Amino acid sequence: MNIPFGPRSAAGPTGVTTADATAALPSGVSSGTTPLLKLTEVVASYGAIQALRGVSLEVRHGEIVTMLGSNGAGKSTTLRTISGLMHPRSGRIELDGHDITEVPAHKLVRQGIGHAPEGRHIFNRLTVLENLQMGAYSRRDRSAVNADFDRVFGLFPRLRERRDQSAGTLSGGEQQMLAIGRALMARPKLLLLDEPSMGLSPVLVEQIFSIIRDINSQGTTILLVEQNAQMALQVASRGYILQTGQIVLADSAEALAGNEEVKKAYLGT
Amino acid sequence: MDAGILTQQLLNGLTIGAMYALIALGYTMVYGIIELINFAHGDVFMVGSFVTLWLLSTIGVQNTVNDPVALVGLLILMFAFSMVVMGLVGVLIERFAYRPLRRAPRLAPLITAIGVSFILQNIIQVLYGTAYFNVPQVIDPLAGFSFKLPSFAIGGFAVTSSLVTVTWVHVFIVVLAVAMMVALQVFVRRTNLGRAMRSTAIDREAAQLMGVDINTTIALTFFIGSALAGAAGVAWTLNYGLTKFDNGFQAGLKSFTAAVLGGIGNTTGAAIGGFLIAFIEVFSSQLGYSRWSEAIVFTILILVLVFKPTGILGQQVAERA
Repeated sequence: MNIPFGPRSAAGPTGVTTADATAALPSGVSSGTTPLLKLTEVVASYGAIQALRGVSLEVRHGEIVTMLGSNGAGKSTTLRTISGLMHPRSGRIELDGHDITEVPAHKLVRQGIGHAPEGRHIFNRLTVLENLQMGAYSRRDRSAVNADFDRVFGLFPRLRERRDQSAGTLSGGEQQMLAIGRALMARPKLLLLDEPSMGLSPVLVEQIFSIIRDINSQGTTILLVEQNAQMALQVASRGYILQTGQIVLADSAEALAGNEEVKKAYLGT
Repeated sequence: MDAGILTQQLLNGLTIGAMYALIALGYTMVYGIIELINFAHGDVFMVGSFVTLWLLSTIGVQNTVNDPVALVGLLILMFAFSMVVMGLVGVLIERFAYRPLRRAPRLAPLITAIGVSFILQNIIQVLYGTAYFNVPQVIDPLAGFSFKLPSFAIGGFAVTSSLVTVTWVHVFIVVLAVAMMVALQVFVRRTNLGRAMRSTAIDREAAQLMGVDINTTIALTFFIGSALAGAAGVAWTLNYGLTKFDNGFQAGLKSFTAAVLGGIGNTTGAAIGGFLIAFIEVFSSQLGYSRWSEAIVFTILILVLVFKPTGILGQQVAERA
């Protein structure tokens, strides 16, 4: 599939390569001078319970970066603070160099953050098409939106077959496709994917990951949270390991996949 | 059997039902989006009738208006005024009474809603007192036409028909209410804002992730629901020519029952429920149980809540896989 599916503003992965300190940037991918996303010492909590204890990470233009960690390590919380569903106690979040720490979620969509949350959270009583229309809610460029319906249906032909069906009647895999497709309808620069493989059959997992690769090759930067570390490290260029709200390891995906402790804890080998 | 009386009651039920349905829509929309039984909603309807009273006395209308052009203009003014004022009142209520409690346990906004209901009633008591107020009926309440159904007999069973009267007021109220309900459906089903409202009702966080400003969306829901109650307030004065500070209580409870009967959260259900409750009310009166009509309505509420809490068109919420 070779349909360009880049972000709204043309900040795609054009081949400007610069030397960079960050480990293992994939070749041919622009690092630019400012990362697309930068978290600095982000602390977040649910009431008295501290969920993030100073998370710092970077995602550069065009990358797939994965965040691994066990249940409750703070992966979803990290994504929620990035997309503005919650705000950090302290620390700073920058998108393309702009401080977005306190920007509410509904405004961040317009700035280019798409979030397919854990558990899909599709609008079950809306039809598939209406869900996708909601994905494009922040956009006013009607003709381009219409073209994007076709692109999403191109990525997920199953959704086209079921476009007028209520989303609650879809299978788990189809709902996941819808959640990703819906996030894509906003043409995000940065796509946050939270556990896209959860609850899916191995065949569907393969399919979802190959689509994640397609989406990335069409120009969308991806931050991927996964339980399925093996698959995640295959598609990602870099990874972070999160443990009880802290980054304990950051390296290239290759190095992480070869790391003994990572193997033991997350790859089950 | 008298088919005339039956038809007459059916028509009466249609008129009352139109008003209940308009009020019930506000209950069901607000419940749909923030899961709050807005007990002040019936009082918003009542204030709408007083706003109309104020408007008519301020511009000096005291009687039926016979000039058709003037009448149409006046009706547009009455509805626009009451709907906009009550819509804004609804937005203010949400902003200052309910929004601060959005993360509070459910009981807190519920009790606040009862408090808001008292506040609205007390404001009207202070301004207008506790007596019934005559509101000029700008449409001649007696104007209309009559007809007689044919009398016939099947075997030994005679069906007679007394005169059936259709007044223009009734026609006007039913047509207007149905038009508003259709417009609401189109808005909710076909527009971006309507989709945003439904999405917010289903999953607030996901709606935010789509770029929906949920505060604006919830405020919009209150505006529309309260404006419809304001319209019902005007319709009430056209139909009865009377209003009182506690008018909102009974009409509110019946409309709430209508919303539950139709399936709370479902706008089509609210409309159906409104008409059903009104039919039940008029026919129980017809059978000589008019003193029992409220007891009957609330018995229905209890039965629905016990045996089919999702109502007639209740949302069978599909489980997430």
